[in-house]
Amino acid sequence: MSLLNTLLDFIGNLGLFTLRAARRAFLPPIEWFMIWQQIGEIGWRSLPLVLSSGFAVGLVLTLHTRSTLIRFGAGSMIPAVQSLSFFNEIGPLVAALLVAGRVGAGIGAELAGMRVNEEIDAVEVLSLDSFKLLVIPRIIACILALPILTVFMDVAGIAGGFLAERSASHISLHLYLNRAFALVSWATFIPPTLKTAVFGFIIALVSSWFGYNATDGSQGVGRAATNSVVVSSLLIILTDVILVKAIFFLFPDTAI
Amino acid sequence: MTIPDVTFQNVSKTFGGSPVLNDVSLSIAAGEALCIMGRSGTGKSVTLKLMIGLLKPDSGSICIHGEDIAVIDEDGLSRLRHRMGFLFQSGALFSLFSLNDNLALPLRRFTKKSEQEIDHAVQQQLDDVGLGNDRHKMPSELSGGMRKRAGLARALILQPSILLADEPTSGLDSVTAGEIDDLLLQLKEKGKTTMVIVTHDICGVRRVGDRLAVLDGGRIIAMGKIEDLQKNESALVNALVSEQGCHEK
Repeated sequence: MSLLNTLLDFIGNLGLFTLRAARRAFLPPIEWFMIWQQIGEIGWRSLPLVLSSGFAVGLVLTLHTRSTLIRFGAGSMIPAVQSLSFFNEIGPLVAALLVAGRVGAGIGAELAGMRVNEEIDAVEVLSLDSFKLLVIPRIIACILALPILTVFMDVAGIAGGFLAERSASHISLHLYLNRAFALVSWATFIPPTLKTAVFGFIIALVSSWFGYNATDGSQGVGRAATNSVVVSSLLIILTDVILVKAIFFLFPDTAI
Repeated sequence: MTIPDVTFQNVSKTFGGSPVLNDVSLSIAAGEALCIMGRSGTGKSVTLKLMIGLLKPDSGSICIHGEDIAVIDEDGLSRLRHRMGFLFQSGALFSLFSLNDNLALPLRRFTKKSEQEIDHAVQQQLDDVGLGNDRHKMPSELSGGMRKRAGLARALILQPSILLADEPTSGLDSVTAGEIDDLLLQLKEKGKTTMVIVTHDICGVRRVGDRLAVLDGGRIIAMGKIEDLQKNESALVNALVSEQGCHEK
């Protein structure tokens, strides 16, 4: 019963936090400097992780699928499988989970540290809105950065796939790209990429909530970082199920 | 009769069922420096946070410049806070901003000063606390004493009429603590700032304070001039106000 109470309490508080974010996001002043700074922190600094991971996942994916597809006489489909896998699911989901790990923990720990070091109180004491100054810019930055990072993830994944395929079959880049993009349409690229904006919102919101409401000193900072990653990753995966169904409903061709 | 700058009337505050402040009443006149001492966990910092509206009292009223901050709306509280400065125990500088931006931020938001005027005001304030050459450093590059001085500079940047200081000299060596006391003393001598200082440092109290309040068990057990409190019968008050280790400057 107490677990259920804790869960309901969490959902209720996170809901109120979300409403507060939605209400404050459009009120002036817009913290452009903080938003820009967070885009750099969240987007730019995540880029090496996303590119290297995307390249490695792309390479491994081709190594795994190659033998199966060749066994069924579909060796020429390898690039298309690679690109569709990345654009539809692997790129968005892996990019979101990587960012949840790097940025979610960072936001959770940073805001919790600010709470513990009384920086958030100091913001309030100066009559500044700590929520607008610290939470809203992180949410906006995550929403903007995730789709862009996903595109880089997709590109790196296809590059990794090409390298694996090139080393096995000596395929040219031109032919690989032709085959990779033969089945790709806007409907298979835009909606899955844009759904990561929702993942970005989840990462920033959940991590900010844990950090902003942290208690218990340094222990609280560690707990906020861990909970931010665990809960935002879980919510991303659960939300992905709903969003994939929604995309299939809105773009039936992609469900075939 | 002039209205006191700060008035507590029968203020009580409880955390998780444990009373931290119990029926506390006090008033602080304009330009006065009241120091608050007591054992750790007796509600000294809570008293300061109640004064600036970071916490709400469970009962009683807290008036700042005659306005009850427990019932005031958000705009009113914001207006009052513009007239108050708060020096946090750790300095609480914004870690994402340079020292310059820590001080410039409230000026940019709440005054109509030009960037040039802001630049001048920040430099002046940092010079006053001896950090004029460090304005472009990040908080992480500052020592504990420098952070406290920077925190004091930020607390004073809007020229508040009330300064609340939470253990301004804790964790500092006696020389640096003396420098912080000097800054508070200079401020007091200008006679325009009411100060409430929570401290464990009786030497600082002797130099800066006009009156001392001793908190114990959530209540004020003694309040008055330091020389009067030396005659107090309470062992705690006597222990706190003993002169040991203080040197006249």
